[in-house]
Amino acid sequence: MMEMQKRYVSIWFRYLMTDRLTIRQPALKPIPFVLAAPQHGRMRITAANPLATAQGVHTGMATADAKAFMPDLLVVEDKPGIQEKLLNRLGVRCMCYTPIVAPDHPDGLIFDSSGCAHLWGGETAYLNTIITRLQNNGYHVQAALADTIGAAWAAAHYGQSSTIIKSGTQRDALSPLPPAALRIDGITVQRLHKLGLRTIGSFMDMPPSVLRRRFGNHLACRLRQALGHEDEALQPLHPPPLYEERLPCLDPIRTATGIEIALEKLVEPLCSRLARAGKGLRKATLVGYRVDGKIIQATIGTNRPTAYMKHILNLFSLKIPQLEPALGIELFVLKATAVEDLNLPQGTLWEGTPESEDLAIAQLLDKLAGKAGICTVSRFLPEENYWPERSFKPASTPTEKPTSEWLDDKPRPIRMLAKPEPVDVMAPIPDYPPMVFQYRGERHHIKKADGPERIERAWWLDSGEHRDYYCVEDDQGRRYWLFRLGHSEDSQPQQWFIHGFFA
Amino acid sequence: MVSLSNRKRAIINQLQTDILRWQGFVLPQTPTEQIGLGQIEKAFPNGIFPTGCIHEFVGTTIEQASASSGFISGILSLLMRQQGTCLWIGLPRMLYPPALKNFGITPDRVIFITVRREREILWAMEEALKCTGLAAVVAELSELDFIRSRRLQLAAEKSKVTGFILRGKPVQVGSTACAARWQINHLPSQLEPGMPGVGFPRWNVELLKVRNGNPSSWQVEWFSGQFHPVSQYTTSTLWAMRNQKIG
Repeated sequence: MMEMQKRYVSIWFRYLMTDRLTIRQPALKPIPFVLAAPQHGRMRITAANPLATAQGVHTGMATADAKAFMPDLLVVEDKPGIQEKLLNRLGVRCMCYTPIVAPDHPDGLIFDSSGCAHLWGGETAYLNTIITRLQNNGYHVQAALADTIGAAWAAAHYGQSSTIIKSGTQRDALSPLPPAALRIDGITVQRLHKLGLRTIGSFMDMPPSVLRRRFGNHLACRLRQALGHEDEALQPLHPPPLYEERLPCLDPIRTATGIEIALEKLVEPLCSRLARAGKGLRKATLVGYRVDGKIIQATIGTNRPTAYMKHILNLFSLKIPQLEPALGIELFVLKATAVEDLNLPQGTLWEGTPESEDLAIAQLLDKLAGKAGICTVSRFLPEENYWPERSFKPASTPTEKPTSEWLDDKPRPIRMLAKPEPVDVMAPIPDYPPMVFQYRGERHHIKKADGPERIERAWWLDSGEHRDYYCVEDDQGRRYWLFRLGHSEDSQPQQWFIHGFFA
Repeated sequence: MVSLSNRKRAIINQLQTDILRWQGFVLPQTPTEQIGLGQIEKAFPNGIFPTGCIHEFVGTTIEQASASSGFISGILSLLMRQQGTCLWIGLPRMLYPPALKNFGITPDRVIFITVRREREILWAMEEALKCTGLAAVVAELSELDFIRSRRLQLAAEKSKVTGFILRGKPVQVGSTACAARWQINHLPSQLEPGMPGVGFPRWNVELLKVRNGNPSSWQVEWFSGQFHPVSQYTTSTLWAMRNQKIG
């Protein structure tokens, strides 16, 4: 049996990173700009867009040098790691052209297109489709199709765009190209140039042993790979598993019970799949496609990854009343939109509670938080701030631990007014709490008082005067937290406020 | 003679437990301990503060509500010392979390549930009372009728979670299925003669209703992480204790 001829596509995204930015901010299109990252203490250009490249800016140049001849050059900070993710994402998106897509770092993709092109009406149409679609997305693309990865790569980077090298002709196609097209390092390229070997053709026919002796194993290997004498392995991308279940209904579903049954049917396989993969869901969406063409959906979230069917059903059952089936739902799709590993070492919510109880609390909180817009679940952590309103902050995660101590050295009221309310005072003495104050129509005779505790405003946050707080007790033992705003001066009447109630 | 009085005592104890049983009071399955409320616990059946049921606190003014919050926080710290987490359910802006530290609770162990309407407080409280992992649930409500309180009481009995209901400004107090009804009022604090400032929080604790127990009232003071009956110490010994703690 004859083995099918392998065919490969190499795609080069010439301006990958700058294209990404231009797609997000179309206003950048007519402006020359570069991406730069600090390297050895100075900003170096990591990518330049076509306009900047045309002016002579290239990758690796110091930003200052580029600015010297292009003062209006826009410099955007480059964040590491984005390029790799972007390339992988593009690769996954290109899986419609072939099941085997491999990233070619830093800025290319390799497809194993053996036996795929005829589905698109031949190789020319196949390659053109790929190029046009990517270009329509806003990327600058150069691509080539050949028998070997090396030949396709060389043609994509150094040949004309959308080159198709016919099967078995990679030798002719490679010979006019420069040695750098063989994917070799710069030093070897320089050495080849020094010896006058300016095209691949000039050393293609040298015995491999000679090449190996002078330039090392790498060049000979790359040449053999490009010519197809040696196999080259790809490391294809794996598409992320999709946790999604579909349930088409013969008759449109119109009742809450019906939706409940549909949910049960969807959640069960999803949970068992998640559990088998050792995953748990953090977010899930139920989408219902209605007969009238409208789409309705409900989303739930959990505090920690879970694949526990009953819990997920409980969370969804709170949402069922919000779904309007109208004339009926004919297709249900349940998607796990955020999935995390289940068997991560789970931190306990609060120390001292056994794991099972902890889980029960987490499920309760999911349920309460699930009543969207009705319940807010919050925990508070101390914040190092003397201003009473800012001395605590909401915890961002249910397991977050306080970084500083809760302070209890100063008296603080158990109930605090959201906004201090002005009170009328009688017989004020400078620098002392008032003898009598009136709040909401009731007169309080102060018998005991503690203070003042002066709290300064954080001037960088808001302007205003400091507060002098007093803890006062009236004749019936009721305690209040009063404060005077600013200094007590004769020229203007003192302003007194009530801010809290002590236990 | 001694043996006779011992026998009498045993008979009386037996009779008391019998009466409780006839009244329909079910002894807790697990042996519970006194939680450290001192004299107050004597008013409850078998002299034990009942957990796994609903306690109702009634107050008409914001001052009474804050006194009740303080008293509840004190009880919570005693309950939470044994286990777990507690939930505080209410309308927006109810409590100042850092102040809980004064009553021996680490504020980050309390989960606050803020809801928009009173109706949801009942729903949230019932859900929370079904969760066995919690030490206690506190809810701030104003209206509570018998049927709703019965639902909550049943949920609490089943899960053994203690519930506290703080009824801020009830239009009508009515009768409820709660195990106990309290009212807390401020009392003027006492200071060492000639000393300036404000003393420890002091309350008049009234147990208005208690199932199978004896309604009564006490004067208590909260300091150094415990409730202290007022009559037990003279003011000067209190101050000596405080100074000892500080020094």
